[in-house]
Amino acid sequence: MQEIRFHGRGGQGTVVAAILLAKAFFQAGFYVQSFPSFGVERRGAPVEAYLRIGSEKILARTTITTPHHILVQDCRLIQSVAVTQGMQPGGWALLNTPTEADFSQLFSEFRLASVDATRIAMENNLGTRTHPMVNTAMIGAFARIMEIPSIDIIMNTIKADISLEPEKNAQAALEAFKTVKFQDIPQAVKQKRG
Amino acid sequence: MKQVLEGSHAVSEAVRLARVQVISAYPITPQTHIVEAISEQCSSGRLAARFMCVESEHSAMASVIGAASGGVRTFTATSGQGLAYMHELLHWASGARLPIVMAEVNRALAPGWNIWVDQTDSLSQRDTGWIQLYCEDGQEVLDTTLLAYRLAEEINLPVMVILDAFFLSHTYEPVDIPDQEQVDEFLPPIEAKIILDTADPFALGQMVPPGAYMEMRHDIQLAMERVPTTYQQMDGLFAELFGRSYGDVDSVLCDDADIVLVVSGTVTGTCRQALADLRSLGEKAGMLKIKMFRPFPNEPIRRALKGVSKIAVVDRNCSFGAGGIFAQEIRSALCNFETGPLVYSYIAGLGGRDITGDTLKEIYYRTKSSEMPEMHSVWIGLNQE
Repeated sequence: MQEIRFHGRGGQGTVVAAILLAKAFFQAGFYVQSFPSFGVERRGAPVEAYLRIGSEKILARTTITTPHHILVQDCRLIQSVAVTQGMQPGGWALLNTPTEADFSQLFSEFRLASVDATRIAMENNLGTRTHPMVNTAMIGAFARIMEIPSIDIIMNTIKADISLEPEKNAQAALEAFKTVKFQDIPQAVKQKRG
Repeated sequence: MKQVLEGSHAVSEAVRLARVQVISAYPITPQTHIVEAISEQCSSGRLAARFMCVESEHSAMASVIGAASGGVRTFTATSGQGLAYMHELLHWASGARLPIVMAEVNRALAPGWNIWVDQTDSLSQRDTGWIQLYCEDGQEVLDTTLLAYRLAEEINLPVMVILDAFFLSHTYEPVDIPDQEQVDEFLPPIEAKIILDTADPFALGQMVPPGAYMEMRHDIQLAMERVPTTYQQMDGLFAELFGRSYGDVDSVLCDDADIVLVVSGTVTGTCRQALADLRSLGEKAGMLKIKMFRPFPNEPIRRALKGVSKIAVVDRNCSFGAGGIFAQEIRSALCNFETGPLVYSYIAGLGGRDITGDTLKEIYYRTKSSEMPEMHSVWIGLNQE
């Protein structure tokens, strides 16, 4: 079983990202379980959502505290939220960031990938200029780093599930899939993998 | 067809498939997604029902009581404070013998204001004459809601289908949504035994003097006593049609177990995993899930626990001054049962605090290392000052 934690802000579609990815993994033949952080939601405030993926029925019904992988929908969150807390060494961290800023210190035990989901969302007119909807780009990018589910499944899930601008959202996922940047694997991770 | 569905929407889908005719509700977190989806079904025409928005939970229950007295299939849903506000009318629904079905999302009672899971809201309605069925996952929620209608309409008592806040109500997972034709076969249109009719007027809920009141109460008790057999028949019929059944309790690996963990709601899933872990370590652990709380399944519990030396009851609730509520009920089920196990009572996970596999293992090992249970419920995972 793999556990994934999504970090975002209220209004960014973080919970929807987790649900869409759950549906896509289910289409790809996996058992899934997805749920939001059980808080009182406010626009702009940090939110979390969770996803479990497995080859057998998922039994655990608890908050995910030791995720294998994380998605961070707003890289500025790392200043205020301990996004890597409890994360299992060697897991993937996917950041939405426009720059190739050096995050290596924070992610020294993990594999890091980045995507400019904000730019992709804005170029596809998703959301507004102040609140771009980055969630579909993020799951497209995540499918690339995990190598499952296929981008076709991701795009079909988006088209079937998103009523507002389904084509543009699917296009954003595709563009993100193609433009993910993989950072050098840190020494600590390489050593663990032997 | 199997699809990834939110627990709340498993209820909404079941209500649509049951062809419910009148729905009345007032929104409250974490129940709102249930009636939100039903409201959309009604406006889109997927469900041909009257949806009534009312100004309170008290009115929600009052209006389904009115509709059910007219002989139609009804539904409402609530949670926490909303259920507490309905309390007076819960008695009315069962006293009038109306087959109402309600989804109840377990939410902690205030103050402190808390929207997360805690079973004290529904368990404190245990004496209202409602059948209570607790669910473990989204599929069980959908199936139990369908079953609840058959049971309610056969017995003429209201049924509460109970699911944990967030861990079930807001969790997406694969759920098989059955075909309408199959559901129609299992659940034909209501044949109401009570129908207020202006052409043939009579009164419901009149003054009843001492000479008749006690017999009416006795009838309710007798109806409750018929529930286990009727439920078993319907559970069997459901299994024939849909290939799934749940039982009033689910006993897992109890036959050779020394210690059995007794659980309800979503803790059951986590406990199935913990049980597998404990067994792989060579521990003779078992699990008993309690699905039916009213009427309380005394006989199945006695059967499942025969030969077991200790049980650890995990309660996500508390009756202040008495302790865990499931533990009390189980003690009373085992009373006068000479070969019964020692009953250990634990309180955990109140107000949405996690009950993890580690929590359950801690409870197991604590029980194993103790010679005699304490008189009171032991609280697990309290913050240390």
